[in-house]
Order: sequence, then structure tokens, then C-alpha cells
Amino acid sequence: MNPIDIFLWGVLPYLVAFTLVAGTIWRYKYDQFGWTTRSSQLYESKLLRIASPMFHYGLFVVLMGHLMGLLIPKAWTDLVVSQETYHEVALWAGTAAGVATLVGIALLIYRRRTTGPVFLATTRNDKLMYVVLVAAIVLGMVATLTGGHTPSGEEHNYRETVSIWFRSLLIFQPDVEAMAASTWQFKVHILVGFALIALIPFSRLVHAFTVPLHYLFRPYVVYRSRDAVAPTPSRSRVRGWDAVGTKDRERK
Amino acid sequence: MPKRVMAQVAMVMNLDKCIGCHTCSVTCKQAWTNRAGTEYVWFNNVETRPGLGYPRRYEDQQKWRGGWVRTASGGLKLRSGGRFQKLLSIFASPVQPELDDYYEPWTYDYQNLISAPLGDDFPVARPKSLITGEDTQITWSANWDDSLGGVVETGQSDPVIEKLRDEANEQIRFEYEKSFMFFLPRICEHCLNPSCMASCPSGAIYKRAEDGIVLVDQDRCRGWRQCITGCPYKKIYFNHRSGKAEKCTFCYPRLEVGLPTVCSETCVGRLRYLGIILYDPDRVTEAACADEQDLYAAQLDLMLDPHDPEVIEAARAGGMPQDWITAAQRSPVYALIKHFKVALPLHPEYRTMPMVWYIPPLSPVVDLLRKQGHDAEAAGNLFGAIDALRIPVGYLAELFTAGDTAIVTDVLQKLAAMRAYMRGVTLGTGRDAELAEAVGMTPQAMEQMYRLLAIAKYDERYVIPKAHHEEAHNLEELACSLDFEGGPGMYNSGPFGEASGRPVPVAIETYSALKARQQAEAAASSAQLHNRDGLLNWDGNEDAK
Repeated sequence: MNPIDIFLWGVLPYLVAFTLVAGTIWRYKYDQFGWTTRSSQLYESKLLRIASPMFHYGLFVVLMGHLMGLLIPKAWTDLVVSQETYHEVALWAGTAAGVATLVGIALLIYRRRTTGPVFLATTRNDKLMYVVLVAAIVLGMVATLTGGHTPSGEEHNYRETVSIWFRSLLIFQPDVEAMAASTWQFKVHILVGFALIALIPFSRLVHAFTVPLHYLFRPYVVYRSRDAVAPTPSRSRVRGWDAVGTKDRERK
Repeated sequence: MPKRVMAQVAMVMNLDKCIGCHTCSVTCKQAWTNRAGTEYVWFNNVETRPGLGYPRRYEDQQKWRGGWVRTASGGLKLRSGGRFQKLLSIFASPVQPELDDYYEPWTYDYQNLISAPLGDDFPVARPKSLITGEDTQITWSANWDDSLGGVVETGQSDPVIEKLRDEANEQIRFEYEKSFMFFLPRICEHCLNPSCMASCPSGAIYKRAEDGIVLVDQDRCRGWRQCITGCPYKKIYFNHRSGKAEKCTFCYPRLEVGLPTVCSETCVGRLRYLGIILYDPDRVTEAACADEQDLYAAQLDLMLDPHDPEVIEAARAGGMPQDWITAAQRSPVYALIKHFKVALPLHPEYRTMPMVWYIPPLSPVVDLLRKQGHDAEAAGNLFGAIDALRIPVGYLAELFTAGDTAIVTDVLQKLAAMRAYMRGVTLGTGRDAELAEAVGMTPQAMEQMYRLLAIAKYDERYVIPKAHHEEAHNLEELACSLDFEGGPGMYNSGPFGEASGRPVPVAIETYSALKARQQAEAAASSAQLHNRDGLLNWDGNEDAK
């Protein structure tokens, strides 16, 4: 086995997973104040109302598709539907969701660039995140549409390479060869995906981890005792409101 | 009798005394929202009525969808939709006010006044947007229509005027002789049944069990901004820099040490009253489900008599300290709301059970009488005018009683009777007991009410029990149990929390602590001062050092 393959498909996934978990715990512990969607709806609402749901709902379908394709073994689906039908449905549904996501984020980026206050509120962290996020989505589309054949023209089914490797990761016995046998489109998509996953804890993407599903179950009125408020943590290197006199935007 | 009794800090504002000077707004802003991201935010604002309000037309719930509505089965539901619907629309709140609905905050390029080169033209300070930093045109602000300014153009868009026009067929004109106005200072209502809290997907907004103050946990807020839609008073604001919701805190660090809020403390007209009321938390929802016309009565009913032995017993059983019960008995707010029944809630029809109440102003009626050349102090004239002047009374009723003019008339008559009665006392023509009886009061009650409304001193207007005595030694730490640690203005933000330095626990308001140290037998040691003795906390008590 090629040592690069071993690193990329045998070691890196665990490093990324560790970064995700440890980074998220660290952020949750020390940066509750920074844990927000950083909504810009106050500045601009018309485009956002179309683009944001389009992007987010598209992304949900894309995520579901990933979980289905990666977790459910081909042998299981073969019992129910033929490979051709499965592929057809997955291709169409996946492409549709992918296009919605892509159009959504394109509109969001357009909005971000052209609406003055929104652009001014964009940090370098945001810009990096956008580059990686868009790259991951575009490369995913490329892999879906063109990754079905190896350069030599052989049929390539990711469910026989990528999915097997992914499931092998979950039981800590990485099947590096399965992944190495995949096409370059999938490999690049996965590497950019790694970058995105590693970025989550350190960018605004963390808001995804606090999807407020408990809202469906909690009582409407929340009483909290003054005493129940947690005391100042021993290591309180936390963020707070900006200092009085901080300018909102530096004037050029 | 109530199983549970809880305390709620409440406020009453006497609108007859408000001169619209905005001192409350300015001092509040200096204290709480002078930070980046909150330039457009006024936890306390004073709006002229009739007028559009801030944000513009916030009372138009058909558009903004705030508050609660009653369902067909008699239950309550958020006007903006159920829980599931709210979660589905979380990616872009469907009815979110934009900056334009508030106003674009600005400053002026004062530097140009002193740095402009010598020339024939006088240098000017151009307005600069605080949002973009660019030159801007000022087109609106939090009180743009102050004192009926521009009312000829904007007045008809006041949601209350609109409602009177559409439903009661009252044509309101803004000609000088027919116009009336008054000021309405607004803060967060610290409701008993808050719809902002019910809208918050994260559960970050909470009501303090001890004093009922509604706060946003800055660490738990994730910026989903559903609360902004949920609040019908639009008193929750989005800090566009931190990405979190912020709201009036009822100056809780001050209340905890027994001081009134900044807006009350600095009120020039001394029109604000602060105190606690006792209420039965288990009956709040039931009261909020009452028929629209009965909501005022239902909310009154929720407030418990602090002299009732059963109420006192239940309060003690729930662990309420004695000084809180005593404060509830002395509460000026309870007296004005429930004893004299002259204070009314703002928009009870939103069903949030607001806890900042208003004594409706008699001044629109008095002004109109005076303009028409009548004696505006004579009881007969006033009573007649209250009945005859439908428009001001109807307007007040839309604000304070969900349109029931009888209640407003009743309150205004009490105020008018008090005016005429006290004129008799001052002029030496005698105490007119019949006048008091005409509005269902005794002469004694009349004079008590007069004293509370006209003379009441600082400690009668503000009856604020401190945070539990047994915790008093912890007060400095208590104030540090703030939802934003270390208090406002300690840090700059980096990409993700690179601010450093441990905040030293210190109360925002050290007034009481300082006073205690000044009057102590022995000077405080360095350890007691957290090794931070210096000019800022110097207490002049040096004997032991």
C-alpha cells in the first residue's frame, strides 16, 4: 500500500474526527458567547428569505443522501431495488438537492458581496469557510456527475469503494485499498470535505450542532432561579460584549 | 387559595407627567446600549402618540405577528405559529423587522469642523452611517415624529388611528384645534406570559423566579431571532455584531441592591413607580385566555392581596423572605394598579400579561378643553369633556384596555375628580366629599392617591426589596452571575474567543457596598477588596490601615 494512501484514508479521517469532536467540545466550553448563527437578516431580508431556506433545506437532503449512500450497504438495497433504479433515483434526487444548495449559496454569496453592511460584517473566517464549503459542494456535484467511470473507462460505483471504506472507518479497521480504488473526483471531494468538517468547530458552522429540537418539548415559560445561574467558571477566558466606544465599522 | 405565590417587579408610569424629554432614553442608552452592534437599540424609548412608534408601526400585528392569539378551543397559541412551524421557518424569519423599520444609526463627521482647511465656505459635519461608515441621509430615527412632527403625513398610518378609523369609523384630524398628543415611554414589559420567551427555540430567554425579570442568557442565545417576531412590543433587539438578542434588563444589578432602574432614577418628571406585586403563577395561562374585554380584569385578578394572611402564608411557604412581603405591602405599584385602579396595562389584547402599567393621561382632554376656552380644572367641565371627547378616550382605550372606553373613562374621571377636589383644598373652598363619592372613592382615599401621584418621595415611589439578605455578603459575586460574564465591555472579540484575561468579579453597581464600607467600624481589608484597592473604590475609611 502506498504510504500516502495510508495517511489520507487511514490516518487523516481520524485526525479530522478528533478535530471535530475536540474542537467542538472546546468551543462549547469556552466560547458560548461566540456560538451563534451570526444572522445578517437585520441588514437584508428579501434575498435571504429565498436563498437561506433553499440552501439549508437543499443541504438537509444532500446530508440524508450522503448518510444513505455511505451507511446502507449495496447488498441491502439490491434486495429491494435494482442498481440501475437506485442509481437513477439517487442521481436525480442528489442533483436536484445539489443544485438547490448551490443556487442557494450562490445567492447568499451574491447577497453578501453586494449588500454593503453584510459584506462589512463578513470576517476572514467566514470567507475561508465559504471557499471550502462551496468547493465541497461543487466537487461533490462533479463526483456525482462524472465520477462514475475511472480514467481507463471502467465502471466505478462509489458504493463499492467509498462506502465500504467509510463503514470500515466506523469499526476502526480502515479499508484503505477500497478508497484508493475510487476515482480522483471522489478523492478530492472527500479531502475538501475533511477540510470542511475540521473547520466546523472554528467557524460559524457550529450553529448546526445546536439545532433547537428541544424547542418542541420544552414548556413555553422558562423560570430560572437567580441562584441556578452557573458561577463564574474557574477559567473564564470568555468573550463578551464589545467594549464601550468600539466602533461598529471603522470608517475608511 | 394559591398554591404558589411569586413576586414580580413591576413599574407604573404616570403619563400625565411625561414631558417627553427623553432623559430616560438617553441615560438608559448610556448605561446599556452604547456598544457596537446596538447603536440602533433603545431599551427605553419615548414615543409621541398619535405616532408611528419605534420600530415603525410595531403595533400592527397583522404584519409583525407578535404576541398570542386564542385558538378555537380556547387555548393560547403564538400568533406567528406553532412550535413546528417556527422550527421550519428558522432559516429566515418570515416577519423580521429590518434596520429600515427601526432606523439607520448615524454620527457626524465632527473632525471636519476643526480639520477643514481655511476657505470661504463654512465647514460642515456630515452625517455618517454607523452601519457602513459612509455618508448617509438621515430619514428616520427612534422619535422622528416627536411631538406630532410631520403628523399630517404620518399620523394616519398610526395603527391605533387606523383601527379607530376602520372599526369605529372615527375620522381623526390633525388640525391644530382638534389634535391631541401625549408621550408614551416604553421599556420591556417583563410579562407574566412572555411570547418572546415562548418563541425562543434555544430556551435562552428566562424569567427569574425571584423577581420575574425577563433576561436573555447571552451564552445560550444562538441568534435564531424568533423572539424578535414573538414580542408584540418589539422590545427584543438583535445585536448585529454579536449575533445575539438583547433586551431591557430592568437594570437588575441595580434592583438587586435596592436601587431603581436608570430610567426611573433619572426621570425628570418623577413619573415612574417601582415596586413588587405578588401573583399566582399557576393561573397565568388561564388569565391570558380570557375574553379580550376581560383581560384587564383577569390580570388584576392574578395579582394577590399582600395583606391577605393566606397569601402571606403561601409566600412564606415558598421561601419568600419577610422583607419582600413587606415591600409587596408597601408597593406603590400595587396601590396604583389594584387599590386605586388608575393604572392600566399596555395592549392587554396581546395576552402577554405585561407588567409595566400606565396611568392614562388626562392632559389630552384638558388641553382640548383649554383650547376651546373652558375652565379645564372644573369638575363639571372635565366630566362632560371626558364623555364628549370620544377621540382621545377611544385612542387611550385602544392602547390600554383593548378598546373598552368605559374603563378608561372611569380612570380619567378619577383623575379629574382628584384635580377638582384638590383645587378645592388648595383654594380653601373645602373638601368636596360628593366629588370623591361620584367616582367611588372616599375623601381619604382621594388624598392618599393625590399624595402618591403628586408628592411621593423617592422611597415611596421606589419600594425595592434587595436580593435576599442572607446572600447580601455575596452581592458582588451575584452581580457577576450575569449572563455575560464580567459585565459589559470587558473584551474585544477575535475570530473565536481570543480575548484574554480573567474578569475580576465586581458588581456593576457598587453603590451599596461602598456605602457599607464607608460606614463600617473598621476599614475593609485588601482581601475583601479582591486586592483591587485604588481610587475607583476608595471609601475614605482608613482607620485600620
